[in-house]
Amino acid sequence: MHRLRILGMLAWRNLWRNHRRTFIMLGAVSIGAWAMIFMTALTQGMVNEMIRDGISALPGHVQVHHPDYRDDPNIANLLPASDAEIAATFAPAGFNAWSSRIKVPAVVTSEHDSRGVTLLGIDPASERGMIFVDYDEVEGRFLESAEDSGVVIGQKLAKTLETGVGKRIVLMSQDPDNDVADRGFRVVGLFHANVEAFEETYVFAGKKTIQTMLRVGDHVTEIVVLGDDYRDVEADYAHVLELVDGNVEVLRWTELDTYLGTMLAVMDGFVLIWVIVIFLALSFGLVNTLVMAVFERVREIGLMLALGMKPGNILGQILIESMLLLVIGLGIGNLLAWLTIKPLESGIDISIVAEGMAMMGASSMLYPQLRMEDVVLANVVVLILGFLASLSPAWRASRYEPIEAITKVD
Amino acid sequence: MTAVRCVDLCKTYRQGDQDIKALDHLSLEIAEGDFVCLSSPSGGGKTTLLNAIGGLDKPDQGEVYISGQRIDNLSKGELAELRLSLIGFVFQAYNLIPVLTARENVEFVMQVQGVPAADRHRKADEILAEVGLEGLEDRRPAEMSGGQQQRVAVARAIVSRPALVLADEPTANLDSKTSDGLMELFTELNEHHGTTFVIATHDQRVMGYAKRIVRMLDGRIVDDVEQNAA
Repeated sequence: MHRLRILGMLAWRNLWRNHRRTFIMLGAVSIGAWAMIFMTALTQGMVNEMIRDGISALPGHVQVHHPDYRDDPNIANLLPASDAEIAATFAPAGFNAWSSRIKVPAVVTSEHDSRGVTLLGIDPASERGMIFVDYDEVEGRFLESAEDSGVVIGQKLAKTLETGVGKRIVLMSQDPDNDVADRGFRVVGLFHANVEAFEETYVFAGKKTIQTMLRVGDHVTEIVVLGDDYRDVEADYAHVLELVDGNVEVLRWTELDTYLGTMLAVMDGFVLIWVIVIFLALSFGLVNTLVMAVFERVREIGLMLALGMKPGNILGQILIESMLLLVIGLGIGNLLAWLTIKPLESGIDISIVAEGMAMMGASSMLYPQLRMEDVVLANVVVLILGFLASLSPAWRASRYEPIEAITKVD
Repeated sequence: MTAVRCVDLCKTYRQGDQDIKALDHLSLEIAEGDFVCLSSPSGGGKTTLLNAIGGLDKPDQGEVYISGQRIDNLSKGELAELRLSLIGFVFQAYNLIPVLTARENVEFVMQVQGVPAADRHRKADEILAEVGLEGLEDRRPAEMSGGQQQRVAVARAIVSRPALVLADEPTANLDSKTSDGLMELFTELNEHHGTTFVIATHDQRVMGYAKRIVRMLDGRIVDDVEQNAA
């Protein structure tokens, strides 16, 4: 302990022996740490938006279906339990949010045109906050109950069909006996979505109304559960498995939307690679600084060895010096990152590239996300790799022969 | 009891295409409490012998014993431990750690030894006063003259009362008055604490304080005489 104290003191004072070099290196570490964290926050913000949009485009975090439904999303592949039984099981289960729906392919026809769509029979009360539609932003109104007889379509679809609020359209699908099931609806609302494709694809109607139209009694095609964090759905997944019998398929969102699931994994990997790449650039400066510091102190190191300091202590002193440099640099870098990210958390307008973002399934606002895990990752990577990069000059310093070092001529 | 025993030491350096014999089958015994000056012309081998005794340099051949313990076959770590516990060093130049104050330089060895802080401060201040540096405790080496720096180095070498002090031209950068003061301090430590001194020098004034003078030439001992201290 007493040796550690003197090693720490020597390391600290040696650090400030050459102020300019230390400040330059601190600047490099700080900017590197800032860049790591800031870019990671931007990336995570974008990924977060894309995944949240993706999840709110109906998958939720966990879904339950008939085992054949995903291969053939036909109304015949209903969940075996009735909606009342599902409600009795899921309502007291304590999920953050859950809902049951009918989701089938359908054709919508106006007096001008027709389009293939995905028809969703929902209970608007239980879907609030789960789906991508902001009820309050709907032109007209959103559905008011599961028995609502109106439909809400996207603004883009309304334009295609040349229809609007108050006009009538016809929805057509199949019932479980493969007979045509159709019905006329009045458009009560037009929704806006961040992703334009959603406005063209989805049509919302009351669940009970659609059950009646499709002649499926009190049955639905899927149950959707929303947990607290899309990154950690295992607990909810396990809970759902406990609630349902074996005749249904239970899937996480990463399995339902493999593109988004893969993207999340790729982005996490990208963050690590980004952090390592920046560190590699930094490490050249770090190693150079330490090599120069050791080179300038050869005689001093020889003197300390001659006075009875062990080679391991010399190694320790150089490593402490490197760690001090990194810790101070990281501290400044973290502070800079926090100061620059916090004001931007309310969103960065990137509408200039909105079309490109929409193609990726992201909105035109970017919300940087400062995650503790990413900050810790950046700091730990820098400290561990910094330690490893410092080993070489520290090892060389500890290997000096005392008398050769003391008698070294500048 | 023998403080230092060297048996048949050989050390050859290569300089250009020439082999220089710094130690040539040299054997020497120094008793505990002795005060020995090694004297030779430049290149005579006295510094090489001093370094071999201090475990700073390994002989090509022969054995070195300190307080009965063979040291020429010890590892770097074991030698460091031995120097820390038994030997005080004073080098001719570049003796101090530049980032430490005079007091901290004196405390350095004690701190590595694990001496409690209060003891360290007290001993450091006492010894600095003894070598005439009272009031300069908080100065860094760059703020002191060469002579003051050398006195700090001497203070550091003797502060933990090592059994053996090895000094290489300790008065080379000192004026005659300071040199005398330093040698009187060495003499006092030798007489009152039984510290063994081995000093490499060609300063006649320093040799005047020695109990024994070993003269060397080309790595060999050519004369070894006892004398009364001045």
